[in-house]
Amino acid sequence: MSASGWTAKLNPTVRALKPSGIRRFFDLAAETKGIISLGVGEPDFVTPWHVREASIFALEQGYTNYTPNSGIPELRREIARYTAEFLGLEYKPESEILVSVGVSEALDLALRAVVAPGDEVLIPEPCYVSYLPCTVLAGGVPVTVSTGIEQGFRVRAADLERVITPRTKVLLLCYPNNPTGAVMPREELRAIAEVCAAHDLIVIADEIYAQLTYEGEHTCFAAQPGMRDRTILLQGFSKAFAMTGWRIGYALGNADFIGAMTKIHQYTMLCAPVIAQMAALEALRNGREEMRRMVRAFSYRRRLVVKAFADMGLPCFAPGGAFYAFPDIRSTGLSSEEFTERLIREEKVAVVPGNAFGDCGEGFIRCSYAASVEELNEAFKRMRRFVERCRVENKNKARGFA
Amino acid sequence: MEKSADKSMEILELLAKNSRLTTDQIATMLELPEAEVERTIAELEANGTILSYRTLVNWDRVDKERVLAFIEVQVTPQREVGFEAIAERVGRYPEVKDLYLMSGAFDLAVLVEGRSMKDVANFVATKLAPLDGVKGTSTHFVLQTFKEEGVILSDGEKNRRLVVSP
Repeated sequence: MSASGWTAKLNPTVRALKPSGIRRFFDLAAETKGIISLGVGEPDFVTPWHVREASIFALEQGYTNYTPNSGIPELRREIARYTAEFLGLEYKPESEILVSVGVSEALDLALRAVVAPGDEVLIPEPCYVSYLPCTVLAGGVPVTVSTGIEQGFRVRAADLERVITPRTKVLLLCYPNNPTGAVMPREELRAIAEVCAAHDLIVIADEIYAQLTYEGEHTCFAAQPGMRDRTILLQGFSKAFAMTGWRIGYALGNADFIGAMTKIHQYTMLCAPVIAQMAALEALRNGREEMRRMVRAFSYRRRLVVKAFADMGLPCFAPGGAFYAFPDIRSTGLSSEEFTERLIREEKVAVVPGNAFGDCGEGFIRCSYAASVEELNEAFKRMRRFVERCRVENKNKARGFA
Repeated sequence: MEKSADKSMEILELLAKNSRLTTDQIATMLELPEAEVERTIAELEANGTILSYRTLVNWDRVDKERVLAFIEVQVTPQREVGFEAIAERVGRYPEVKDLYLMSGAFDLAVLVEGRSMKDVANFVATKLAPLDGVKGTSTHFVLQTFKEEGVILSDGEKNRRLVVSP
C-alpha cells in the first residue's frame, strides 16, 4: 500500500488501528476561513495568570530537572489534601498517587498495568476516542456497551451484566462524559458498583470532568461502598483549571495498582514535566476561586446551548457535566459525518460527528460550549439556518423534487 | 428575599461583563422567567443600582486625539459638609471622568480627559485650581493605557486552540 513499502514491517496491531475519526474534519475546518469552532475539547479560557506565573518563577529558580517518578512530593501531598476535601477519599501521597502526563498517559498506564492479553475491557459508548485503541495496544479486547439518548447516555448495570464473561477484567467509566455530557446519579453508580463487586472487576474511572458538574455534587465512582480499592481514579488539571497544553494529570488507587503503573511510567516517561507540576501545585493551592468562576461561566452557556437546540427542533438532553452537548440530528436526514461536513462547508461551523465516539454516536453531533456567548449565538444562528435548509430539502425529496 | 438578592447579583454580574446580553439570554442562563429578569432589571435601574450601559472602547485604535491626566488635589474640608461639597463641584465638570476621595498625602484623585495637554492644563488652571477650598494640584499625564476596566488593551492573548480536538 504505502509508497515506501515499510507498512508491512509495522506492528500489525498498530497497522490495524483506525486513525481518529476527527482528523478529516480537523483538516477541513482548519482550512476554512471565518470558521466558528464548537469542535474543541478544551476550555476557551487561558490558564489563570497566577498559575502561569508560578511556572515562570519555577523556571527562574532553576526547576529544570527530573522529579521523582511519581511526581514532586509537595504536589502529591496537595493532591491528597484536595481529593480528601473534594471527594472525601483518602490516598497516601507516598504510595497511592501518581502524577502523569495528562489523564491520557494515566489511562494508558492503567490499562497496561492490569490488562493481560485477551482480557476483556468493558467500554460504554459513546466514549472518548482513545479508549478502544489504548485497550487494543495493551493487548486487551474492548467490549463496547451502547448507551442511547433515551437513557440519557448513562450506562445501565443490566447492560453490563449481559456482556460480562469469565474473561472480563476491567470496566472503563467516564462520567461526566465526553462526548455526551452525561453524569451518573449515585443510585445508578451503586448498581454498577454491585456488578463490579459481584464479578470482581477492576474499574478505571476517568473523571477528568469531575469539577465541571452543574447540578448537585459530582459523584465519584471510587467513593461508592467497597469501590475505593478496585478503582483506579483518573483526575487532571486540563479541564477544571484550563491547563490542557500543560499535559498534567494524576492517578489515584491502591498501592498495588499505582505501584504497577509507576513501574511502567518510570521506564517510559520517567516523570511529568517539572514546570507543569509546579504550575499544577499553584493551581491546587490558589486556583479554586478562579476554577469556580470558569465553572459558572460554563454552566450559563450550557443552558443557552440546550435552549438553542430545542429552538432548532433538535432533541438534546440536558448535559449534567463536562462542556459538551450531544444533540440528535437524525431529523435532518443526514448522517453525523454528512451533517458535520456540510455544516463546515455551508455555514462555517465546526462540530464533531457523533460516530467518532462509537457507532452508537451515529445520528448525533458533539458541540462544545467552551466558547464565548457571542460565538455561541452566531454559531446557533448559522446552524439553525442549516437545519432549516436540510428540512426543506427533505420535504422536496419526499415530494419527488430532488 | 435572600434568593431574589442572589438573582439580582447574578444579573448584575452578567450585565457588568456584557451589557448586550438580552433579557431572553439572561433568563436562559439563570433559568428564570424572562418577565422576572425584565422586572428585576427595571427595579435595579429605578433604584439607581444600574446607572448606564456602556461600551469599552480602545480609543488608541481610532483617529481621535485624547489626553488623560490623573490629578492629585489637596483641599480644605469645609465645616459641616467635609469633602462632599467640593467633590460635588469638581464632579460636575464634564472633563472629569472619575473622581475619588483618597486617604494619604492628597484628598481628591481626579481623572480628567481632554483633547490635548493644553486643554487639560487649561482646565486645571482656570477651573480646578481656582476653586474655593483647593489648596494645590499636581497633574500627571497618562502616557499609555494598558488595562481599563479589567480589560487588557493589547491583543496579546489570542485564542490559540486548534479548531477541532478530541
